[in-house]
Formats: sequence, structure tokens, C-alpha cells
Amino acid sequence: MREFRYRRPADVDEAVALLGEDPEAAYLAGGTNLVDLMKLGVQRPDLLVDVTRLPLDAVEPLPDGGLRVGATVRNSDLAAHPVVRRDYPVLARALLAAASGQVRNMATTAGNLLQRTRCYYFQDTGKACNKREPGSGCAARHGQNRDLAILDWSEQCVATHPSDLAVALAALDAVVEVAEPDGTRDVPFVKLHRSPGEHPERETTLRRGALITAVRLPPLPAARRSTYLKVRDRASFAFAVGSVAAVLDLDGDVVRDVRLAYGAVAHRPWRAYQAEAALRGRQFTPELAGQAADAELAVARPLTHNGFKVPLIRAVTVRALTELAESRA
Amino acid sequence: MQNGSGSATVAGDERSSRVAFTVNGTRRELTLDNRTTLLDALREHLDLIGAKKGCDHGQCGSCTVLLEGRRVKSCLIFAVTLDDCSITTVEGLAGPDPLAPLQEAFIAHDAFQCGYCTPGQLCSARGMLDEVAAGWPSAVTDDLTGAVRLTDAEVRERMSGNLCRCGAYPHIVAAIRETAGER
Repeated sequence: MREFRYRRPADVDEAVALLGEDPEAAYLAGGTNLVDLMKLGVQRPDLLVDVTRLPLDAVEPLPDGGLRVGATVRNSDLAAHPVVRRDYPVLARALLAAASGQVRNMATTAGNLLQRTRCYYFQDTGKACNKREPGSGCAARHGQNRDLAILDWSEQCVATHPSDLAVALAALDAVVEVAEPDGTRDVPFVKLHRSPGEHPERETTLRRGALITAVRLPPLPAARRSTYLKVRDRASFAFAVGSVAAVLDLDGDVVRDVRLAYGAVAHRPWRAYQAEAALRGRQFTPELAGQAADAELAVARPLTHNGFKVPLIRAVTVRALTELAESRA
Repeated sequence: MQNGSGSATVAGDERSSRVAFTVNGTRRELTLDNRTTLLDALREHLDLIGAKKGCDHGQCGSCTVLLEGRRVKSCLIFAVTLDDCSITTVEGLAGPDPLAPLQEAFIAHDAFQCGYCTPGQLCSARGMLDEVAAGWPSAVTDDLTGAVRLTDAEVRERMSGNLCRCGAYPHIVAAIRETAGER
């Protein structure tokens, strides 16, 4: 591992300034991904700016009925929060489906969103990877790509975003609060992550040195009927092969509102707007849910080894929505 | 833990730091290369070799210790980040007693074969039982807002961060459930 300097800033402004001064600096939060990538030689920061002691660890109800989640709230604390368990089950379920008890005790809200892909080729410094080393090529495009993208990939990168939490936040229309050198701004969650295009090394729309300080959940009463279904290769402690976050609001049996997002299918958490449009205002049936998934997946372009993900995501969409429809008393 | 305590860089060497934390009730002060993980600090600098290095990548759980009472993977934490923190390793689980009830239960149920993963299993189980006592749900809990009943399925899900290549899982589950008083 490359040697590094270590700093613990007193406040957000100092943290952002430290990052701005050193192009090879990185923020350190829970460390569950970054420390591993440093051991692998994939990330080689010269300076670690430890943000875990900044006062960003509160979960606060908002006047509008929403919830503000501090950037360094640990995944386990957020999953156990009474308001999250009652009002946003899709969020609690996504967090609980991720990693292990120990990792959830360490990993933070913002760190989870900014974690790197688990594409094997990205994590192996002996392989070509445009994300790790721009211009070096993509060994995954025609390699072992069974776990990789079916939507929105480019010839430069076929990686997927590995987060479960991010899929739930995409469905919930969360807002990300960001501190930058010249002030703060709000970023709609669905605008946080980028498509790979010709620059897969740029994973978010954040500027260099920006620090996520909180994530806001808007009030969404319908989210009390929500869920997260994750398919993985073993029952626990594994990344998703495919996942679905779903919120379903029925008026009788007519779909009043619906939110759908897919995980492990693209370079960013995938909000399924086409599927939502196919469902809204219509009488819910499992057949309609399948047709809605087909509408979303019409643009899917499977790679050599992951064609199965298309019917998998379709089936999980139907199951998630049907379970929610049947759970209404 | 203090906020904004800056950094304790060693004069003339920005790649090392002074750090002071409490391990099993004893305050320890070290000067460490910033790259030193908590696991390596415990094993190589404090002669506490209970926590084991299995994968060193956060996947096997054999390095599990308690940080501020919560189970974590010591191989993924830089020791320099732990100023004024409190750490409990398997050597400190029992307190002044020879063995904690959880350790007695592991022996009674033959919950290990080679024993390499056992310190991590014990620390993880201790933290997990406290999470259950706090009412935390898991991925296999049907009702997110209801009480948790520690079934075999719950124990298996909650302990999935600890691998046992000898395959002692059924006995580990039994030992943990007995300790939790659910048998």
C-alpha cells in the first residue's frame, strides 16, 4: 500500500479545503470499500481526510414529514431507525440486504453511495480497465461479464453500481445535500450518478472535492407499502445479481402511484420510469406488472454471459409489485 | 470520541501518527505507520493475537472485534482513526471471569473444530446479541416494526459475516441461541 498522510478536519469547510489542496487526497468514512481498494492498489491516495468525526451523524425528521439522514450515519443505525422501519420499509430492507452485520456497523450513508463497482477487472490492477486507468481498455466487455450491466453501458465500461441503498433512494426521489468550495447545493438523487459513456472514471456529477453532507427523503406516505427484493448467489453477505425497489399505491385496484428502481443492471441505480408510466392509472394485475417490466427492459443490451438478467429482473418486478398489492389489507 | 482533534502526525514524519485508545480496559499509546490496520496494531504491536487475519479484506470475519461495543472488522480500519476509542477483543470478552457465558456455550456445544474463526465468531456473536436486545431487525425479519425472535434463520442471517471453513455452523447457532436464552 502506498504511504499516506492523515488529517481529521474540524468542520466541513476544512474538509472541503483539504481535498481542494491535494489532487491525490481522498475522503475516508467507514473505510469498508476504500481501505480494501488501497490494499489492492486500485486506489492510491496520498492524503486521507477522515470525515467520520464531523457532526454529520444525525437522523432528523423534517417539518414537511420527510427525513434528513446525515452523511456519516452508519448503515446499521439507519436500518434500525424507527421512522425508517415504519415509513420507508424499502430503505430498511435495502440496507439489511446489504453486506454483513459488521460491515453495516462501519459503512456510512454517503460512503455507500460513493462505493466503487465490484467488477472483477476494476479490482484487478493486472487487467485493462478504463474506470481505473482511463484509456487502457475494458477487459470485461468480452470477458467474464455475467455480473455486469444490461442497460446503458458503453464500449468503454460495462460495470454496475453495487449499492442496495442507492436503489431504494432512487425509488424514493431522495435529494443529496453537497458541500463544495463555493457553497452548498442540492442534487436530485437520480442525477447523482452518471452513465459511463466515454468517461467511466467519472462516476458522479459531483465536482472534485465535493462532500456529501446529508440525504433528504421527501415525505411519501405511499412508501409505507414498499419493499426491496434482492437476488444473489447465496442467501446472505453477497452483492446483488439483480434487485428491485418498489413502492405501490393502489386506489381500489387501480395504480394511483408507483415507484420502481433496479439494481445491479447499470452503471448507476436505474430508476424504471418507463415501467412506472405503463402502470400508473391502470388496473393492477401481475400480467400488467410483467408488461411494465418489458417496457423498461426493451432497451436492454445483454452482454455475453448475462442475458438471464432480463427475465430475472422482469420476474422480480412482478413478484415485488404483486406482493405489495396483496399486502394491502 | 473527540471531534476536530486534528491529526497527531509525528514530527518530521507525516506518514506516521501517534494514537491512543483503550483496549480491554487498558489505555494504550502507539506510534504507527498510518497504513497500520487495527488488526495489525493488535497483533503486531500489542501482542493481542486473539483476533485473526483470515482474508484481510473484510470477507471472512475472523478479525472481528468490538469498537465502542459494536462488532466491526478490524482489518478494514486504520488504527490512526481510533484516537480515544474503546476496543474489546476476544481476550477481553469475559472480563474478570475465566470465560463468558457465550464462551462456555461454544465449548458445551462443540462449536468449533480448528478454532481459527472462533475469536471472530465470539466477538461477532456478542455484538449481534446486543443488536437483537436493541430490537434491530434483520433481512429475514418478517415484521420490521415488531419484536425479534432469535430463530435459527435469524442467527444464520445475522452471523453471515463470519465464515467457518470447518463447517461448525449448526453448533455455533445452537451455542448462540442457548446464550440468548431461546432454547
